[in-house]
Amino acid sequence: MQPPLKVALLINFKVMETKMRGADIVIRSLIAEQAELIFGYPGGAIMPVYDALYDYEGQIKHVLTRHEQGAVHAAQGYARISGKVGVCLATSGPGATNLITGLADAQIDSTPLVCITGQVAAHLLGTDAFQETDMMGISMPATKWNYQVRRAADIAPAIAKGFFIARSGRPGAVLIDITKNAQVELAAFNYQPCQEFRSYKTHHPVSDTAILQAAALLNEAARPYLLFGQGVILGKAEAELKSFLDKSGIPAASTLLGSGALSQEHPNYVGKLGMHGNYAPNLLTNQCDVLVAVGMRFDDRVTGDLSRYAKQAKVIHLELDPSEINKNVEANVAVLGNCKESLAKLTEAIASKKHESWMAKFRALEQQENEAVVQHDLMPTKVGLTMGEAIHHINRYKADDAVLVTDVGQHQMIAWRYFNYKKTRTQVTSGGLGTMGFALPAALGAQLHDYSRQVICVVGDGGIQMTIQELGTIMQTKAPVKIVLLNNNYLGMVRQWQQMFFDKRYSFTELDNPNFIMLAEAYGIKAKKVSDRADLAEAVEDMFIHDGPFFLEVVVEKEDNVFPMIATGCSVEEVRLN
Amino acid sequence: MKRYTIFVITENFIGILNRITIIFTRRGINIDALTASESRIPGVHRITIEVTVTEETVIQLVNQIEKIIDVIKAFHHEDTGVVYQELALYKIPVSRLDGGLEKIIRDHHAKIIAAEPDFVVLELTGHKEKTRELLEILKGYGILEFARSGRVAVAKRMLTIDSFVN
Repeated sequence: MQPPLKVALLINFKVMETKMRGADIVIRSLIAEQAELIFGYPGGAIMPVYDALYDYEGQIKHVLTRHEQGAVHAAQGYARISGKVGVCLATSGPGATNLITGLADAQIDSTPLVCITGQVAAHLLGTDAFQETDMMGISMPATKWNYQVRRAADIAPAIAKGFFIARSGRPGAVLIDITKNAQVELAAFNYQPCQEFRSYKTHHPVSDTAILQAAALLNEAARPYLLFGQGVILGKAEAELKSFLDKSGIPAASTLLGSGALSQEHPNYVGKLGMHGNYAPNLLTNQCDVLVAVGMRFDDRVTGDLSRYAKQAKVIHLELDPSEINKNVEANVAVLGNCKESLAKLTEAIASKKHESWMAKFRALEQQENEAVVQHDLMPTKVGLTMGEAIHHINRYKADDAVLVTDVGQHQMIAWRYFNYKKTRTQVTSGGLGTMGFALPAALGAQLHDYSRQVICVVGDGGIQMTIQELGTIMQTKAPVKIVLLNNNYLGMVRQWQQMFFDKRYSFTELDNPNFIMLAEAYGIKAKKVSDRADLAEAVEDMFIHDGPFFLEVVVEKEDNVFPMIATGCSVEEVRLN
Repeated sequence: MKRYTIFVITENFIGILNRITIIFTRRGINIDALTASESRIPGVHRITIEVTVTEETVIQLVNQIEKIIDVIKAFHHEDTGVVYQELALYKIPVSRLDGGLEKIIRDHHAKIIAAEPDFVVLELTGHKEKTRELLEILKGYGILEFARSGRVAVAKRMLTIDSFVN
């Protein structure tokens, strides 16, 4: 039976009022999660969402990159500097698969990221429809969580859950795949943020017993040594780390991603760990008696040969992720939980100490490294410029909170070695995955978070050409990124390995490069090329003074190597100075 | 290396089994047997995985499985820590039947669960060693097909999944 007309109208009116398109739900959910900036690229299966985006100008910004890989790396750069969740939009099929490198990169480097991809309509799933890819299957091993939404009503809960998962616990990458029908169908919108669910544990209370055991080890230790990683930054535990070091007097070294968590001017800071880290921090790992690892995961680039890594030491591991404990290095005392909490408790439980003679060992070896490596890098006698010199000049002009964004290879290691890290969240690099092409878009993302902050993108001639199209996005957004291209016309790190381990058989590592200056200028970016030492300081100064993006090409020594180095399969104590 | 039974208690979501098996694939570990079924609690599934690895590896596997967002709990046991059972089916051609088979069925406590004009199907429930022993004997009877289930198991520990689910 038909209801009376008046009632029917009333019901319809109510429905009209509360229901909206799935595409609008996507945007409103992002706004509800306080996303300010989306990086993306439109296409068929995501068009309804782009159509909806048109109505929300002023409430949420979108940056059109030149490639989906650019979008995802930009979102990563944004996330790493802001501490917020990076957001990315792409269409189905190739648009979605182009995100995979960034998802894997964010996942291995614990970067909070939510990628939303369009998908073919639900009735076409599994039929090899146009631009259909099994994104669930493809992204599964590269994400912390992924989910396919096939109904408009499920969009908001999926986005709420996705943001919660991306940013909580150990942060990571999330992919939400939304079928086209779900984007155009109507559903009610009533946003409920996700706070918990039964299969996901974000918080592990710090065990007082473990703290007491750790304190007992530390109070007895003659040569304690602390290693810190990105967990300190992600856990916002920088102040706690500093207090712990002030009281304990323990020498502290940083992983690649941990750099910035402690000012390099702190008296306990002794340098950097790993394959191309500093001499003393690597060598003395095998001489300490208690090793405290904070928010780091004993990556193989840090440990070298595990069977000869810190075997003499009792290990205390402060870590949020239970699966990292005993994964690579067995812990004598494992302190599960956020290091902000565990470091504070441990600081209270330990005795105040100084370790002067132990610290002096670090300083003595540091002197050896200075003579054997640093002088060559920063005060070279050769005609050709070194990468280290360029970084040295950057240090002279940069602000304390300037952000260093690097790509992957020799320039990454040199920039890391010589950049003067003073503040937290001043570094963006692809650590775990080692993604060439990461830097340019990541620098753009970092810059778009804060136009007023200096963002310096140090990149090699190989890596920049993997995502060089993002110069177009820099042009369009006017992001004042300072791009420093360290050009040796080689895939330098691979060439170094070929020289050292493959009898100088330089197989496909030499590059014939374009005129980078003309290229940058074609994008309307002010550019300058330096080949002579005499011009370097002024060029770097000009770059920082210039209001807007700047492209500085520094032509460096063709065949220079990064040292110190721990060759693959070697122990940390076999770190070489040449 | 030892034989372990891994119990995984999960939400009943699409793709969860895939996420779990990826962990084994990445590490190049072969799954000896796997069964999945609903649990006593609606919406909660249990997956039983049999694997032969070192203790160190099984601990890492369990930690990584438990890290999967939709996994509620994962734990492992040695064979002595679980009560387990497997089911095997044997298809024998009728033409090869003789008086000897009756004794075999009786001795092994097997059952005939289907009889077709051309073949019969025997069922035997028991541990792998037992079902394999019968297979060897039935090879003399021209066995046509053999299928064995994965391990179905419950822990000997006095614990219930309710404590993890809620």
